[in-house]
Amino acid sequence: MIGDYTYTEFTSILAMQGFAGLTLFSVFVLMALGLAIIFGQMGVINMAHGEFMILGAYVTYLCSQFFSEYLPSLFSIYFFFAMILAFAASFLLGMLVEWGLIRFLYRRPLDTLLATWGLSLILQQAYRSIFGAREVGVTLPDWLMGSIALTDIIEIPINGLFVMGLTILITLGVYFAMFRSTWGKSMRAVVQNRTMAGAVGINTKMVDRMTFGLGCGIAGIAGSAFTMIGSTGPTAGQLYIVDTFLIVVFGGASSLIGTIASAFSISQAQSTIEFFLSGSMAKVLTLLTVVGILMLRPQGLFTLKIRR
Amino acid sequence: MLSIDKLHVAYGQSEVISNLSLDVTSGEIVAIMGRNGMGKTTLMKSLIGIIPSRGGAIKIGATAIEGLESYQRVASGLAYVPQGRMIFPTLTVRENIETGLTVTGQKTVPPLIYELFPVLLEMKDRRGGNLSGGQQQQLAIARALASNPKVLLLDEPTEGIQPSIIKEIARTLCRIRDEMGLSIVVSEQVLSFALDMADRVLVIEKGEFVHESPRAGIDEKKVSAFLSV
Repeated sequence: MIGDYTYTEFTSILAMQGFAGLTLFSVFVLMALGLAIIFGQMGVINMAHGEFMILGAYVTYLCSQFFSEYLPSLFSIYFFFAMILAFAASFLLGMLVEWGLIRFLYRRPLDTLLATWGLSLILQQAYRSIFGAREVGVTLPDWLMGSIALTDIIEIPINGLFVMGLTILITLGVYFAMFRSTWGKSMRAVVQNRTMAGAVGINTKMVDRMTFGLGCGIAGIAGSAFTMIGSTGPTAGQLYIVDTFLIVVFGGASSLIGTIASAFSISQAQSTIEFFLSGSMAKVLTLLTVVGILMLRPQGLFTLKIRR
Repeated sequence: MLSIDKLHVAYGQSEVISNLSLDVTSGEIVAIMGRNGMGKTTLMKSLIGIIPSRGGAIKIGATAIEGLESYQRVASGLAYVPQGRMIFPTLTVRENIETGLTVTGQKTVPPLIYELFPVLLEMKDRRGGNLSGGQQQQLAIARALASNPKVLLLDEPTEGIQPSIIKEIARTLCRIRDEMGLSIVVSEQVLSFALDMADRVLVIEKGEFVHESPRAGIDEKKVSAFLSV
């Protein structure tokens, strides 16, 4: 007996909360991956990252509406189209924002904070004017609903599994793009030394635009996945932006593995503590732990060991 | 191969290079000597396009490159090894060289580069930042050569490097000139290094060339006098 629960009940609770934590972890990772590129690599403090995610969520919502209205026969696979469109929409908006705003501010990181915060307010109001202030939810196709019963008590929701699989795929994709592709090499060269990258023949402006667009595009996919576990409102992105920055900073700004490890520990800690205490208590405890660890290791969990 | 005509470069109101002209023929090595603050680095930076030039013309062969972005100048056949090496510290040695391949469209490092710098082949999976100064200098030259240039600019390649490696770099640069047939412009403060490799020595003072001499029959005393404080 542990508290009011029997031992089996307790382990089931841990397993199910752990799984809920894994789903949260997946969305965190998807959001943090985009920010790890934009903030961790480029050093741009993008406060509008949450709004790029919500753009993806709204695109998914529009897609589900469109398919149920005009193409009901294909409704079961609409989600894949929605993800591609969500990526494309956020990617294009990201490139536009880079061209119109960010590229003037690479040498002034604190100004990007203000500028992108303003951008996030503009986007929020745009969503409110276009989609209304009420939250919208998407209808999931039948095969994504329901859950798999592992034992009598433990049930694993299918949409959670789907989001997780998606996260693994996108993470692998980002890893290969960053560390195995020509673009990734140019991107890492540009963020380390923009001037010198130009002087070895890399078109830095193009690489910057692609990089920012890609980070936003990944946020769009995160938004698409987000619709499966929560409803979408104009300000929903705000709830996640702080957590996402926390994850990227805690993980070590330029490390992909660090981002994943810190997303895992933060989301697991939150969802497990949340069940036993309250939500705000869970936030307080995780924040205190993170602050404590960052005081001992200001560079974050994972860093590259090189001479500077 | 490289021709500079009446180049002007200024930071705001202070003119650093005024009315400077230079012609480098194909396969020639030119050393530009001068004390600190005389405009060597500014000249190099304005040639590669890091600092905009205020006036004058720069040509590679028949292509005018003034006013172009750095990467376009590299595509036209100019390559640059900066002062202080400026390799990308978190990229591996191989990736560092590959960044230079961008304008050629190739994917793999040409074998000639590893042949010129065998130490880089040994270290190809190490991070650039973990190399010693001399190795980093070789890496920076290899990265510049990867873009298959017609003209190679080197800004004080001997700075902070031990004498035996300096000799080796001079030999390698001569070999590069002989095998790849490119022109080299090197800015230097070390006269012995310049005499080891240069066909022609120019002295820059306050943004203008004040002395010019082919290596044969150079008045070493006179050049040293320009270099001493």
